[in-house]
Amino acid sequence: METIQQFTDYVSANGGYIWTEFYRHFLMSVYGVLFAAVISVPLGILIAKYSKLSGWVLAAGSIIQTIPALGAMAVIMLVMGLGTNTAIVTLMLYSILPITQNTYVGMKNVDQTVIEAGHASGMTRFQLLRMVELPLAVSVIMAGIRTALVIGIGIVAIGAFIGAGGLGAIIVTGTNATDGTAIILAGAIPTAIMAIIADVVMGWIERRLQPGQSA
Amino acid sequence: MLEFKNVTKKYSDGTTAVKDLNLKVDTGEFVCFIGPSGCGKTTTMKMVNRLIDITEGSILVDDKDIKEQDAVELRRSMGYVIQQIGLMPHMTIKENIVLVGTLLQWPKERKDERARELLKLVNMPEDYLDKYPHELSGGQQQRIGVLRALAVNPPLILMDEPFGALDPITRDSLQEEFKKLQKELNKTIIFVTHDMDEALKLADRVVIMRDGEIVQADTPENIVRHPANEFVEEFLGKDRLIQGRPDVTTVEQIMEGFPVTVTTKTTLKSAISTMRDKHVDSLLVVDSDNVLKGYIDIEAINLNYKKANNVDDVMETEVFSVLGDSLLRDTVHKILRRGAKYVPVVDEGNHLAGIVTRATLANLVYDTIWGDGMELEDTAAAGE
Repeated sequence: METIQQFTDYVSANGGYIWTEFYRHFLMSVYGVLFAAVISVPLGILIAKYSKLSGWVLAAGSIIQTIPALGAMAVIMLVMGLGTNTAIVTLMLYSILPITQNTYVGMKNVDQTVIEAGHASGMTRFQLLRMVELPLAVSVIMAGIRTALVIGIGIVAIGAFIGAGGLGAIIVTGTNATDGTAIILAGAIPTAIMAIIADVVMGWIERRLQPGQSA
Repeated sequence: MLEFKNVTKKYSDGTTAVKDLNLKVDTGEFVCFIGPSGCGKTTTMKMVNRLIDITEGSILVDDKDIKEQDAVELRRSMGYVIQQIGLMPHMTIKENIVLVGTLLQWPKERKDERARELLKLVNMPEDYLDKYPHELSGGQQQRIGVLRALAVNPPLILMDEPFGALDPITRDSLQEEFKKLQKELNKTIIFVTHDMDEALKLADRVVIMRDGEIVQADTPENIVRHPANEFVEEFLGKDRLIQGRPDVTTVEQIMEGFPVTVTTKTTLKSAISTMRDKHVDSLLVVDSDNVLKGYIDIEAINLNYKKANNVDDVMETEVFSVLGDSLLRDTVHKILRRGAKYVPVVDEGNHLAGIVTRATLANLVYDTIWGDGMELEDTAAAGE
C-alpha cells in the first residue's frame, strides 16, 4: 500500500516530467519505425518481385534480430555517440525485419489470378502495384508496422542507458534510488500503456485497411 | 479479324507449346479451342493479347501485327475472362466492371453510365454496383467478370475456361446467357475449354488441338459427323458420336426389311385377306420384279369393292417413296410434314427395299432419348 501511495505522490509531483518523457519516448518509437518503414516497404516489394533476393534479405534481417538490443545499442553508440539518434537508429534496425517480412508475405499473398486479370486488362506494372498489389497487401504491411512499433516501444526504453531519455530514463532513475519501486512503476506503467494503446490503434487501422470492406 | 500465321511458341526449356499454327477467325465468329491439357490451347489464346510472347510467326488483329503494337494498349483493346474470375476484391462491382475504363481515364459519368448499362445486360439489379465481389455468388461474380471484359466494348474477347469453375446448373444458364449476348453484340470470341459439350453448344467453329497442333477445325456439326481421326473420335467420346448418329444415319439402316406387299393383278378379295392376316390397313403394290407400283388401303378397297376386281384398278399410284441411302433426318422431316403413316423405301430402280413407319421413328426417338445407343445400333444392324 505504501508503494501505491508513493507512486501517486511521485506521479502527482512529476506529472509534467512524466508527460514530457512519455511524448519523447513516443516520438523516438514512431520515428524509428517510420524510417524503418521507408526502407523496408520498398525492400519487401523488391524481394517479392525478385524472389531470389528474398532468402538473403530475410536472413540478414533475422541475424540483426538475434543481437541483444542493449549490445547493438552499445555498438552503434561507439559510432554515433550518445543521444536520441542512436536509439532511433537501433530501433530502425530492429524494425526492418518485421516490416520487410510482412511486406514480402503480403505481396506474395495477393491472389495471382487477380494480378493476371489486372495485367490482362492492360495495367502497367506501376498501375498493377498501385491499384492492385499494394491495396491488397496493405493490411498485412500494417500488421508488420504494428509489431515493429510495439517491440520498438520496448527497445526505446533501453535507450535511457545511452542518454536518449524517454520513459526509460525514469525507470533508470528508480533503479538507482533507494526504495525506488514507485519511480520504476512511474516509468514502466506508462511504457506498457503506450505499447497497449499503440497495439490497439494500429490493429484498428489494420482492420480498416482490410480489402473488400466497405470503408 | 484475327489471323494466326505460322505461329510457334517454344519455351526456354526446349518444349514446344504451339507448332506452326495457322488459323483465320472472322468478325463475329465464336471459336472454341479445345484439347487435352498441355495441348497449347491456352498458350495460343494468351499469345493474342501478348501475355505470352510469340517465338515465331505472327498474329494479326484487323490486319495489324500485334507485335508492333504497345502490349498495354493492345490488352486494353481486348476483353479477357479467366476461369478463376479474378475480380479485384478491394473494389466495388462498379469499379470492377469499368476497370479498363478507369485505365483509359474515362470520366466518372461515363463509367457510371456504362456500369449500369452493362449490369442491365445480365439482368442484375443496380444495387449490386456498390457491393463487393465477396458478397456475390460464383455465378454472379463470373457475370461481372464477363461484363468487365465487355466494358469498353472491345470487338475481340478472349476467354479461358470462363465457366469451368461453376456448378453445372449455373454453368448452363451462363452459357446460354453468354451465347445470346455474343450474338446480340456481335463479338468475336476466342474461347478455351476442355469441355466438349460446352464447345459444341457455344462455338461456331471448334478447333481441336493436340501437342500444339490443330487436329481439326470445323463447325460442331461437321466435327461430330466427320471426325478427322481417331483422336477426335476419342475426344468426342462414344456418346456424342452416337448422338450425332441420327444425323448421318441413312434410311436403309433403320427401315423395316419386309413390308407387306401384294403383286399387281391380285384380286381385291385376296388383298383383303392379306391385310387381315398381317394386321395392316394398307398394302404396297409391286410387280413381279418387285418394282413399286403404288399402294392400296382399306378405304380404297371399301369404296371400290363392288366396282373393281383387282388391285391395279383401285391402287393409288402417286406414292411418296424415298431412296435407301437418303439421310434419315431429311426423311423424318418429310414424313412428319406430309403426315404420312409410312414411307416405302426403294432403290434407284424403284425396287421396293423396305419401309419406314411411324413406329420405326418412335423406336428411334426412344433410343436417342433413353437408350445408351445400343438399341439403335441393334436396330441399324437388323435393318442392314
